[in-house]
Amino acid sequence: MSTMELYQLTAEKLSAMLANKECSSEELTRSVLKRIEQKEPEIAAYVTVCGEEALKAAAAIDAKRAAGESMHPLAGIPLGIKDNICTRGVRTTCASRMLENFVPPYDAFVMEKLNAAGAVMLGKLNMDEFAMGSSTETSYFQKTRNPFDTERVPGGSSGGSAAAVAAGEAVAALGSDTGGSIRQPSSYCGIVGLKPTYSSVSRYGLVAFASSLDQIGPMGRSVKDVAMLYSAICGRDNHDATSALREYPDFAKELTSDVKGLRIGLPKEYFGEGVAAEVREAVSKMAKELEKMGAELVEVSLPSTDYALSAYYIIASAEASSNLARFDGVKYGYRAKDFANLTEMYEKTRSEGFGAEVKRRIMLGTYVLSSGYYDAYYKKAKFTQLRIQQEFAEAFTKCDLLLTPTVPDTAFKLGENVDDQIKMYMNDILTVTVNIAGLPGMSVPCGFDSKKMPIGAQLIGPKFSESTLFRVASAWETSVGGFDLSRTLA
Amino acid sequence: MRQDYEMVVGLEVHAELNTASKIYCGCRNAFGKEVNTQCCPVCMGMPGTLPTLNEKVVEYAAKMGYALNCTINPVSKQDRKNYFYPDLPKAYQISQFDIPLCEHGYLDIWVDGAEKRIGITRIHIEEDAGKLIHDDSFTGTLVDFNRCGVPLIEIVSEPDLRSSADAKAYLDTIKSILEYINISDCKMQEGSIRCDINVSVHKKGEPFGTRVEMKNVNTFSGAVRAIEYEANRQIEVLENGGTISQETRRWDDLKGQNFLLRSKEDAQDYRYFPEPDLLTIVLEQDYLDSIKASIPELPNKKKARYIKELGLPEEDASLLAELKEKADFFEEVLHAANIKPKSASNWVLGDVSRLMNETNKPINDLGIDPKQLAEIISMQEQNKISSSAAKQVFEEMLKTGKAPSELVKELGLEQVSDTGTLQEIVDTVVANNQKSIDDYRNGKTNALGFLVGQCMKASKGKGNPALMKEMLLKVLEG
Repeated sequence: MSTMELYQLTAEKLSAMLANKECSSEELTRSVLKRIEQKEPEIAAYVTVCGEEALKAAAAIDAKRAAGESMHPLAGIPLGIKDNICTRGVRTTCASRMLENFVPPYDAFVMEKLNAAGAVMLGKLNMDEFAMGSSTETSYFQKTRNPFDTERVPGGSSGGSAAAVAAGEAVAALGSDTGGSIRQPSSYCGIVGLKPTYSSVSRYGLVAFASSLDQIGPMGRSVKDVAMLYSAICGRDNHDATSALREYPDFAKELTSDVKGLRIGLPKEYFGEGVAAEVREAVSKMAKELEKMGAELVEVSLPSTDYALSAYYIIASAEASSNLARFDGVKYGYRAKDFANLTEMYEKTRSEGFGAEVKRRIMLGTYVLSSGYYDAYYKKAKFTQLRIQQEFAEAFTKCDLLLTPTVPDTAFKLGENVDDQIKMYMNDILTVTVNIAGLPGMSVPCGFDSKKMPIGAQLIGPKFSESTLFRVASAWETSVGGFDLSRTLA
Repeated sequence: MRQDYEMVVGLEVHAELNTASKIYCGCRNAFGKEVNTQCCPVCMGMPGTLPTLNEKVVEYAAKMGYALNCTINPVSKQDRKNYFYPDLPKAYQISQFDIPLCEHGYLDIWVDGAEKRIGITRIHIEEDAGKLIHDDSFTGTLVDFNRCGVPLIEIVSEPDLRSSADAKAYLDTIKSILEYINISDCKMQEGSIRCDINVSVHKKGEPFGTRVEMKNVNTFSGAVRAIEYEANRQIEVLENGGTISQETRRWDDLKGQNFLLRSKEDAQDYRYFPEPDLLTIVLEQDYLDSIKASIPELPNKKKARYIKELGLPEEDASLLAELKEKADFFEEVLHAANIKPKSASNWVLGDVSRLMNETNKPINDLGIDPKQLAEIISMQEQNKISSSAAKQVFEEMLKTGKAPSELVKELGLEQVSDTGTLQEIVDTVVANNQKSIDDYRNGKTNALGFLVGQCMKASKGKGNPALMKEMLLKVLEG
């Protein structure tokens, strides 16, 4: 392993090396920045790279360590941040023309935590515009490519985060997940991604898409890395009213790989028609492997799954139509050049500043909240949400967690689904229920299909059951001898 | 307004609360500061920021709810009201839609000597918007965000008001209650109370007419004018064979007219939905009980009690009850000695209020001990001192701080009721004022007043005027 470059290593390994002074944060950061320079022309994961600032931060951490200060496990580890998480002094674009030059005067709560931990921020990662999309193709700036096959999408909306982590352009990254935006790209890029329990990570400073569903989460190349990053960002924030009042353990420290006696539910609706045979087989194989390790497999049913996607697109779009109304050209962000009056200023600013997908969802959301349609759409969707929550609760009386495919298929080619919205939205069919129910969901790699593209398996647990998800994921990871990113890290 | 018509009025009063900080962020809730200095990323609606509810706002609004006899919903929620306007940075206002904090209340008001009950539909909490600045010194429009997020309560009445006088009494009572429970500064000139007015008219005995909403009414006197203007406008339309359409009009107080703002067809769809960034407001019974217990007797109830139990005239009752400190002072005076309520009222509304105006000080800063004032009133009632002597004692008491009884002795102001002494004075006055005596006997009865005055003067203000008057009459009629 001594021949390996620093950028190829996990946060866990690097943290130990930094602690043992086997390398400095500056060396590590240089290694990753060099990798970024090499790979960006091909991958295009970053909207903004903060090379100088990162090296400065790394040097400062090295100095602290040299002075003998006690250090957080993430101190000196270079991370990428999705570009919808506000970073003080560094532009935060949401991959939109609307916020092309928006520089927040404040840090998101998670950034405050990471800065306090001494993590090094490499830059801001590409995404679907305002996190609306499943391929990162709706970004105003660039199309990010899948490191396993650059003809293919990295998934989305946290496509930049997933591609960067898989390609060694960041040791780990933060993404955000409203309907699958961490898990689907993690699945497509062969990495581990966690959508935490709603309310466990503060949303303060996350530019809102759908407030009741959005959650920031960690993405990494190993289960432990994701657990480390999750431990660093979760916790109560008084500036987020929906933030849970509770204490969290150190998930990385308490991580075990013992699944004996755990009941793993396999919801039949998640293995049905529409899920590629190779994906189904890979996940079933993983289930059998866990059974061999002592877990018990249970078949369960979540009958309302069919309605989840519709409910999701109604609720998420409704909230988005309101959340994105503030981008009106008055205070910050893009403002159209020529206008005759206020109404025209609004119309032109929003027509020119937003891309097609964002406008589509704003219109959808505006429609479902309109008087006369509210009851038929929004109210019904909220009712469906309640049903889905109840069905999950019911399922969790029979098992400790669920195992499903993350996405029905592996990564598709750029441009393949651009003109077929329904097909694009189907990408989220297995992930949206988790957001609708506020549960934690995690995607872990579980093999490759015949196209040599990674397949992801999704673990879903009751609220605040992240420890259990990490345990099962870690057992699986150990049994396969770690996740294979040799092709993308080379 | 024509006698054959009746008007129906409902009011929506917006009152800014005087909490220390804003409703959803930690910014100071302060008026009159330099433009855009009392704001932060949260109240300016910057991307990624989130609101957190100031609990004081809920407490204040619940207080008003109890003051207006409402049911306080133990569970209520906040909603987003979506519309675009440059003074609204998030492009939605956080308000309460279908489950407000307070509902189903009422307010008793006094109009023309009678008590009248006005239904209160609801009271909800919401945030204020910023202010647009237009000025000839620059082109375009600028926005001041200082007012964004200032907490408001909206008090919605039932359409129970039937005249502009009803509306005036209602608004005055609401204002005095807000001041009594100290939740709003009620400064009209700072826009801390504003109202929207719904008016309809119908011929007496016929069903209610179509209502028209008027916005931008910022003073109570403006409300009276606006209501009368709108009722007359509607009557004129109807009398000319027209119909009233449901619309929103803007009141222009300077012109004394209103103008069409938007018709029903252009009514905005606010697309209300539950605010996902905030939790449901859940209030414990203990908390609600403690708020309820903190409500003092309110001015309208005080006023009714003063009229009914103390037998005070309505005007006295109104003036005394208007300000809590004044009412408290009055009651302290009243209870400090066995005196008539009307005597205490005369003093509080007379000399004490005059002093307040002269010195521009609140009643409690005048340095008047209610017990001592009560002593003065009591001595006056018992004819121990005359009314002019009472005033003299009052002034001296303020100057020296000495006890009234001591001052009466010191200044020799004890009223003389000894008939022998008084008879001497009366006889002297009669002897010296033959012309007045003739005048009285010739039917000019007001000459008696002059003669009593002369007796008072001769007694150096100490003679008992009632006794001397009696003696004079004996002479005059005898």
